[in-house]
Amino acid sequence: MATASVASHSAHDHDHDHEHKENFITKYIFTIDHKMIGKQFLVTGIFWALIGGFLSILFRLQLGFPDMDLTFLKPLLGGWIDDGGKLDPNFYLALVTMHGTIMVFFVLTAGLSGTFSNFLIPLQIGARDMASGFMNMLSYWFFFISGVIMFISLFLENGPAGGGWVVYPPLSALEQAIPGSGMGMTLWLIAMTFFIASSLLGGINYISTVINLRTKGMSFSRLPLTIWAFFLTAVIGLLSFPVLFAAALLLVFDRSFGTSFYLSDIYISGEGALPNTGGSPVLYQHLFWFLGHPEVYIVLLPALGITSEVIATNSRKPIFGYKAMIISMLGITILSFVVWAHHMFVSGMNPFLGSIFMFLTLIIAIPSAVKVFNYLTTLWRGNLIFTPGMLFSIGLVSFFISGGLTGIFLGNSAIDIQLHDTYFVVAHFHLVMGSASFFGLMAGVYHWFPKMFGRMMDARLGYVHFWLTFVGVYLVFFPMHYIGIAGFPRRYYSFTTYDFSSAYTDLNMFVSVAAIITFAAQFIFLFNFFYSMYRGRKASLNPWRSTTLEWTTPLHPGHGNWPGEIPAVYRWPYDYSKPGANEDFIPQTVPLSATPESNLPHEQELVKLEKEIIAEEGEVLVANESKES
Amino acid sequence: MEEKFAYIEGAEQPIAMHPKKFSLWLFMVTVVMIFAGLTSAYIVRQSEGNWLEFDLPAVFYYTSGIIIISSIFLHWAYLSAKKDNLMQLRIGMVIASVLGLAFLVGQWYSFVALVDMDVYLVGNPSGSFLYIFTGLHALHLVSGVIFLIIVLISSFRYKVHSQSMVSMEMCVTYWHFLGALWLYLFTFMLLNH
Ligand code: HEM
Ligand SMILES: [Cu+2]
Repeated sequence: MATASVASHSAHDHDHDHEHKENFITKYIFTIDHKMIGKQFLVTGIFWALIGGFLSILFRLQLGFPDMDLTFLKPLLGGWIDDGGKLDPNFYLALVTMHGTIMVFFVLTAGLSGTFSNFLIPLQIGARDMASGFMNMLSYWFFFISGVIMFISLFLENGPAGGGWVVYPPLSALEQAIPGSGMGMTLWLIAMTFFIASSLLGGINYISTVINLRTKGMSFSRLPLTIWAFFLTAVIGLLSFPVLFAAALLLVFDRSFGTSFYLSDIYISGEGALPNTGGSPVLYQHLFWFLGHPEVYIVLLPALGITSEVIATNSRKPIFGYKAMIISMLGITILSFVVWAHHMFVSGMNPFLGSIFMFLTLIIAIPSAVKVFNYLTTLWRGNLIFTPGMLFSIGLVSFFISGGLTGIFLGNSAIDIQLHDTYFVVAHFHLVMGSASFFGLMAGVYHWFPKMFGRMMDARLGYVHFWLTFVGVYLVFFPMHYIGIAGFPRRYYSFTTYDFSSAYTDLNMFVSVAAIITFAAQFIFLFNFFYSMYRGRKASLNPWRSTTLEWTTPLHPGHGNWPGEIPAVYRWPYDYSKPGANEDFIPQTVPLSATPESNLPHEQELVKLEKEIIAEEGEVLVANESKES
Repeated sequence: MEEKFAYIEGAEQPIAMHPKKFSLWLFMVTVVMIFAGLTSAYIVRQSEGNWLEFDLPAVFYYTSGIIIISSIFLHWAYLSAKKDNLMQLRIGMVIASVLGLAFLVGQWYSFVALVDMDVYLVGNPSGSFLYIFTGLHALHLVSGVIFLIIVLISSFRYKVHSQSMVSMEMCVTYWHFLGALWLYLFTFMLLNH
């Protein structure tokens, strides 16, 4: 048929597809159902989290127990363990690099945004699916390919990329620099190109779905904060990932074609200068951090959105400051693009420029603080129900505070000169980004598991998992502040090279033990996750007594989500414990006219309007239907 | 039944746009960001000195003219399609596509001209940037030409007419965008070299 009527036709084709020829491959592999794609992202994300976590255990062994005989790892790591049972220093760098790349991009970007944006956007705004199911499928498979390439790079003879997750040139640009800058770096760049494509495809879809496919009555001022967060995350990604692509493109040319964008006057081991002249490595830092800083919010915002939802539901209170939450997220979105150079205070950048970026950086603490304040006031005097999801959300708030405070230290360029590239920074971002986002991810999984799989996760195991992880995270990362203040640089192979740092051998041992226990605790979750998928208690339709639309779908929603008409929306998503109401929550689908006992005066006035609209829409619907057929 | 509702619901959004068109706009945003990144990098790098000065190839003036004329013909084709004048539509499409190819050829000659001036991809970044700008833009333009040709073929199959304009509209938007992008790059290079 003609391409012109795509609008109506693609919608038709969709539903026919699933009605008539759904087999294993179209259902589980090349699926275009957003719910299944969300689960694909989740399971892949969990896989990568395990790999990323395992790599960190390897280098924590080295840091905590420098004299340990690691021969038992030889079967796995082969030549990377030398005859004395020591980890190869170059491989240490590769481990750190891969850990960072995997966690930031594969777990906390794809695993978090990919899972929950896909799963929740159509369900919470009342849409049958994403704007383009096909692009959505491509988004997952590009991510998958990216992962395969990154995975292969782990097994290269010279090891994977080793220049840190930020892959600064010249270290990453010159093969002679470190072994990881050879084939490992090439594969890193290819993998990241696929990853960028995947993120953009996903992001384009999320944005156009939120804008175009909301159900009747779902105005922007009635969107759950989760959707606001996913939406703004996608906007940030859309604007920043292309710049990473530009940075990587120039790096590819420097590496493979001999250009000098980032390289100049380089001497390697006493040989004459390399031919490259006129390049600037600081240029790369600008381009990279133009993505890099927004990226940290790409990682964090979805977790904050999930937390808003979970905390409001389990405090049985409306979220405090709904509008303020949206405005702060908008503020964060905009500000996140103008603070990147706080990562470069010591790069030789003009100090005057530094003070401008310092100013802008400190401003971003304001919307962050507003959000924290709103979480606390939502919790304040709520009828708290401590589900595992709720605990993880509260954990997120805790990390966001403790890690955010150190951000304010680092944002002051004068202090950052001392603290830059020390373990203080490691502590900062592992609390505020790593742990907070990870807890958001976990909160989301515990909270929406019943919707994903129709069963409940075991709460008791959830509590054990939470407490071990929560305490573990603080034990791992809090001591790093002290190590950093004492001046120990990050990404160093060994703590025992200098006298001053040898003093921290015990503390490091402690951190490593805590890390191993925390990592081990994740297997409780893993067991709970897969066991509950098949054996968990059957979930009720709305187990958390929540107001949002996803809980109005059947227990196992088919492709299209609602068997009949998509429900319309008549109120905001946070009508919890409304005075006068019969129940302590009123779903978004209940019209104001049905709840005269709890309506506020201004809502009572809306009732009239609502009735008119419903009548009018009835007519439109009839008219449209006759036009269609 | 179900799909009917999907249609109705989709059509009811106050600020809704055709999802594919909307996605195209978002895609163009990403392309803008790539080139914004690259041109900013150019300025940052240029301000550090050690910058090779040379004249821009004169071919750029011709290719800029070509891409403008191509856009005009495409727009003419688009207006003709809206009026169901299929003959003019096809003529316009053919001319636009041929000019698109001519633009690509012209850009190739700009590389030749650069080499004649001893400005190579490898060397001072001021030249390398030029190759990257034109090369990456040309790559996007190839996708534009493919899009043109796809619509051209459907126009010969009577699939583009006033009742069926979505792909034509998207094609026009994308092509104008690529033209404007080139004019931006050219102006940028004229002003900053
Ligand atoms: C209160 C707001 C915050 C301020 C003022 C702040 C400030 C900073 C500064 C100045 C640095 C650079 C430190 C250095 O390398 O010397 C830094 C590093 C970092 N921050 Fe923050 N930050 C804040 C919040 C956040 C949030 C919310 C996240 C993530 C969700 C985050 C993630 C990171 C990461 C990942 C790094 C280290 C990147 C690297 O070098 O590998 N920060 N922060
Ligand atoms: Cu930052």
